[in-house]
Amino acid sequence: MSDVKQEAATVAPTVAVMDQLPDASIQGQSPLFHADLATVAKNGPKTGGVTFKEEALMGQITLRLNAENAEQLKAAEKALGVALPTQPLTSVVKGEVSVRWMSPDEWLIVVPGLKAFEVESALHAELSGHYQVVNISGGWTIFKLSGANVVDVLKKSTIVDVHPSVFPVGKVVSTTFAKSSAIIRRSGESEFELVVRRSFSDYLWLWIQDASREFGLVVEA
Amino acid sequence: MSQKNRLQSGGRIDRSKPLTFTYNGKQFEGFAGDTLASALLANGVDIIGRSFKYSRPRGIVAAGAEEPNAVMQLGATEATQVPNVRATQQELFSGLVSGSTNGWPSVDNDIMGLLGKVGGKMMPPGFYYKTFMYPATMWETYEKVIRKAAGLGRSPNEYDPDTYDKVNQHADLVVVGAGPAGLIAALTAARGGARVIIADEQNEFGGSLLSSKESVDGKAAGAWVAGVVKELEANENVIVLPRSTVNGYHDHNFLTIHQRMTDHIADRAPNGQVRQRYHRVRSKWVVLATGAHERPLVFGNNDVPGCMVANAVSTYINRYGVVPGNELVLMTTNDNAYRTAIDWHDAGRKVQAIVDTRKNPTGALVEAARERGITVMTGSAVIDVQGSKRVTGVSVAPISEDGSKVTGSVKKLSADTVASSGGWSPVIHLSCHTGSKPVWNEDVLGFLPGKTVQKQLTAGAINGTFNTAGALEEGKKAGLEALSKLGLSAVEVEVPATTEVKESKAMALFHVPHTKPTSQAPKQFVDYQNDVTAAGIELACREGFESIEHVKRYTAMGFGTDQGKLGNINGMAVAAKVLNQTIPQTGTTIFRPNYTPITFGAIAGRDCGALFDPERYSAMHKWHLENGAKFEDVGQWKRPWYFPKAGESMQEALNRECLATRESIGILDASTLGKIDIQGKDAREFLGRVYSNAWAKLPVGKCRYGLMLKEDGMVFDDGVTSCLAENHFLMTTTSGGAATVLNWLEFYHQTEWPELEVYFTSVTDHWATMTISGPNSRKLLEELIDGDVDVSKDSFKFMDWKPMSVAGVPARVFRISFTGELSFEINVQANYGLHVWEKLFEHGAKYDLTPYGTETMHILRAEKGFIIAGQDTDGSVHPYDLGMGWAVSMNKPFSFIGKRGMQREDCVRAERKQMVGIKTIDPNVVLPEGAQAVFDPTASIPMPMVGHISSSYWSACLGRSVALGFVKGGLDKMGEKVYYPLVDGRIVEAEICSPIFLDPKGERQNV
Amino acid sequence: MFYIYCPYCGEHREEEEFHNHGQAHIERPADPDSCTDEEWGNYMFFRKSPKGLHHEIWDHVAGCRKFFNVTRDTVTYEIKEVYKMGEQPKVVAE
Repeated sequence: MSDVKQEAATVAPTVAVMDQLPDASIQGQSPLFHADLATVAKNGPKTGGVTFKEEALMGQITLRLNAENAEQLKAAEKALGVALPTQPLTSVVKGEVSVRWMSPDEWLIVVPGLKAFEVESALHAELSGHYQVVNISGGWTIFKLSGANVVDVLKKSTIVDVHPSVFPVGKVVSTTFAKSSAIIRRSGESEFELVVRRSFSDYLWLWIQDASREFGLVVEA
Repeated sequence: MSQKNRLQSGGRIDRSKPLTFTYNGKQFEGFAGDTLASALLANGVDIIGRSFKYSRPRGIVAAGAEEPNAVMQLGATEATQVPNVRATQQELFSGLVSGSTNGWPSVDNDIMGLLGKVGGKMMPPGFYYKTFMYPATMWETYEKVIRKAAGLGRSPNEYDPDTYDKVNQHADLVVVGAGPAGLIAALTAARGGARVIIADEQNEFGGSLLSSKESVDGKAAGAWVAGVVKELEANENVIVLPRSTVNGYHDHNFLTIHQRMTDHIADRAPNGQVRQRYHRVRSKWVVLATGAHERPLVFGNNDVPGCMVANAVSTYINRYGVVPGNELVLMTTNDNAYRTAIDWHDAGRKVQAIVDTRKNPTGALVEAARERGITVMTGSAVIDVQGSKRVTGVSVAPISEDGSKVTGSVKKLSADTVASSGGWSPVIHLSCHTGSKPVWNEDVLGFLPGKTVQKQLTAGAINGTFNTAGALEEGKKAGLEALSKLGLSAVEVEVPATTEVKESKAMALFHVPHTKPTSQAPKQFVDYQNDVTAAGIELACREGFESIEHVKRYTAMGFGTDQGKLGNINGMAVAAKVLNQTIPQTGTTIFRPNYTPITFGAIAGRDCGALFDPERYSAMHKWHLENGAKFEDVGQWKRPWYFPKAGESMQEALNRECLATRESIGILDASTLGKIDIQGKDAREFLGRVYSNAWAKLPVGKCRYGLMLKEDGMVFDDGVTSCLAENHFLMTTTSGGAATVLNWLEFYHQTEWPELEVYFTSVTDHWATMTISGPNSRKLLEELIDGDVDVSKDSFKFMDWKPMSVAGVPARVFRISFTGELSFEINVQANYGLHVWEKLFEHGAKYDLTPYGTETMHILRAEKGFIIAGQDTDGSVHPYDLGMGWAVSMNKPFSFIGKRGMQREDCVRAERKQMVGIKTIDPNVVLPEGAQAVFDPTASIPMPMVGHISSSYWSACLGRSVALGFVKGGLDKMGEKVYYPLVDGRIVEAEICSPIFLDPKGERQNV
Repeated sequence: MFYIYCPYCGEHREEEEFHNHGQAHIERPADPDSCTDEEWGNYMFFRKSPKGLHHEIWDHVAGCRKFFNVTRDTVTYEIKEVYKMGEQPKVVAE
């Protein structure tokens, strides 16, 4: 028994991992909590060219590793249940897990909020060598934009080309959005997902309302 | 009022839709399809403004973007005022309110007119330089008078009620201009599958075909145009932009397009619609099919209303059904302009004569004119015109074959309209925007686009191809070439049949000779808008300005909103003649963006009002709003500045917040601090290289303050970094420096030390951070900790951190202090920040937990002598200047960033400005930040300045002012006097002291 | 307004996404402490400003956050090539 204890002590964790969520009795407040989107959705128009929804309280994890290290790629795949996309600007979705290529050595993983710690722990359990796993769930939120005029709103907002010939379903880019930034992924023909920073989310929500006014904006809760 | 110049039939206007509009307070009527200019001409309005320098009456001379005179002020209300709109480009709508821009106080009778001659003398060429450069103090006065008199338009004094926006476009091909060349180029590219944008400044596509009687493809030109437009509009890969001016062509095929979406409908955009849109376009290829502008000839009094460009007269007749006069004299150097006399004649009005500068013109159009019985005077020119508010007659004289002099006697003809044509100038403005130098072409008698690095093709009149058949051929060729460059396959496009007209050779004439020398002849205008005459250009050349760029600046030729559309070539020809050189030798000036004026609304787009700049909020922002916080901008963050209670002044609120914190407990939302998660086995080594102090031995569970320097040794950021685990650190930065610091770390990692195994990820937004500070803070924390965590003095020491659960939420708590008090910085996942914050208030009420903002934070830290990077540092102070040598470890094995820089000669000299505390002798005086220090208050001005105040506050805790400031050699001058002469004349006496005003031993935080 | 090819993202992006970090190929001296003031001053302050080909560092700051090199003609603003950190330019001034 004492040997086992000894063993545990010598492999003191080289990184600090903490489950950051309280128990279910405490409700988290997403970055757009103050906007009371449920009421807006209830009272607002039901048809329009653009539909907005905040995918609130999702789990977001940044993963950094060496994409040329096959062992690390394998370990990440084992932890996530899906292989990391190594083609620039691509993403993969499998079940509840979606992974976005951010940079040659960086991926953004999105999972349901309550799964974040589990996935984070799994990554730590599988990975070895030089890597970084950071839970950033509190720092970001996800906007879903869809509808017939979604491309028109995006063209007012971002400088990247969103034409389907160069921005097919599944493509993901980090870029500017209005005077802030966003990680934009095309999740469907007329559906885009924006991962945005918490502190800018109110500005971006205002911007999207303004830019979609001429098309009519439907808010979904 | 009757439309006395309106024809009974013909044109593209709709006579069944009359529209009333106002011009200079009077009501007029026009028709749907009119421009403001055509409607004014239909009503016989001759004078639409007064000229810039000489205040001469001016009329409409052109029919498009090149119009120099009819620059209008529009707007029915104060809020909808728009200056600098060309009447020739403004479509008429019912209720349009317009006024002339120039002409003060009225266009018909004005004071400047009476002073006209004086005005002229006052403003010779070079007038900007001669008059305004000296004396400088008079500039403002002159500027007011001249601006008012010259009338450059005015902006509204009220908020614009309309919405504008910007759209980012990406295309395979942008076609600029929808005349025959542009249309067929776009059609070809579109059929080949390219993503095409075609833009034209006019309301209708068709370009020259709109005012032409030609047939295309065996039908009226308009019918062919309509067919092409229909096909383009039906193609989902084509964006068709009418009323859209391509205003700028920038690097790497980036174009800006100004689209006027509702300006033709009403004074204000109908509800919900966007008034103007600014397209920012990145295109793989560009076809410039921008056409050409006809050049007027330069002759005496050629600015009298009634003098027009020949093709403009045809446009008014053929497109708008308006004949702008009764008796026409046409002066031309070419066959093409004969069409104008024919159109005039066919409209049933009198053509007095065609005055052809050539000896023996023979083309088909010449014959057609003669067949109609029109008098053609060859080898002659209109040397000047009579009349002041309208042409009343012309002087015609024979001229030499080279056009250099008058060779015979002068004959007078009666006329109210003089149309002139000196040939056509290709519209090369856009091709010049990217720096391409245009090239003179002797056959075209104009400049053509020169060599370019842009992916640019050209077609039609811009190449000097002035006939429709040629333009169509070139347009198709450009479309096919674009397809090939884009890697798309060629397609079949049939070039429609047109009728060929044989033309005889044109004559190169720009400046018509007079019997008198240019300097004594009646004024011969080159640039109407800037009132530049041939004599003015001659004078400039004689005064030694030989470079055309200098002539331009000296005379103002081609300045401003005009950009030399009508006048530039003529001006160069005049200069060339004086300088006795050819036009290519003289060269041309470069046209700049924008091609025509663009509104500020379109430039601002949606980035105004609440969306002017992003506002960043912390997770507790809602609470701050509900609790009456006043906010301060820190970068883009809105941070609580202070929390006034009802009736409290700012100073009262600060006093209360400071005392509450020092006596019981205060709380600060510190979420805006930059936070960077750093992991990797070399993280420690990396920290040692980017911070000035040592990190090798910082144990897990400990925090350390560090200064970050630039290579020159100067402080640029600071913060506390904590060791979370052996290879895991959390770095904090200043709120404003977060992005810069992360970028700095990445820069060094990626470009200098890629071998170090370390990763950086921003977690600024992820953690909500709240700092409780004050003697009761431990008690409050203990109440909220779940489970068994010891936060007592000995087991949770100063500069320790521990994970614990606060108010039910997992937290990392750092025992660090920026106030000098016992402090705990609680970090929780931001989605739970407000919950924890509110719980702290629930439990903190009994300790009178007091929220404070950035101002109290500043006061509390200044009492302790803690610096704020960016306030007490300005990029010129190193750690020793700050008295912070304790934060530098010179013995680290790696030469950290800033170490070598700090050892430069200038950094180690004596008498550097050093940061010290400043105590005013009168404790009630709070020095203004920025106040300059002197040692000798009796020294004569300029007094030798020896430093300045960087931070200064009233300290309620100490009952006196406290200040931090820089003083030459200050660290060795403790107790010595220093003086601050202020702008109000006071000289404040102060004493140099330690920057630590409160609790120098640090006992308050060690409890 | 440049249109810059990011060698990591593998496509062209607008200039707004990038940040220029000045002249490329300036190596931090291996042993700063033994540099003379002049050597250190040259490293810190002296930069080329050629008319023509220039090698610069750019950072895809709004995108993948990677630094890379650009060879740009300062007269025409043409970008002649981009290449990753640690690589050498192929297009160089005569």
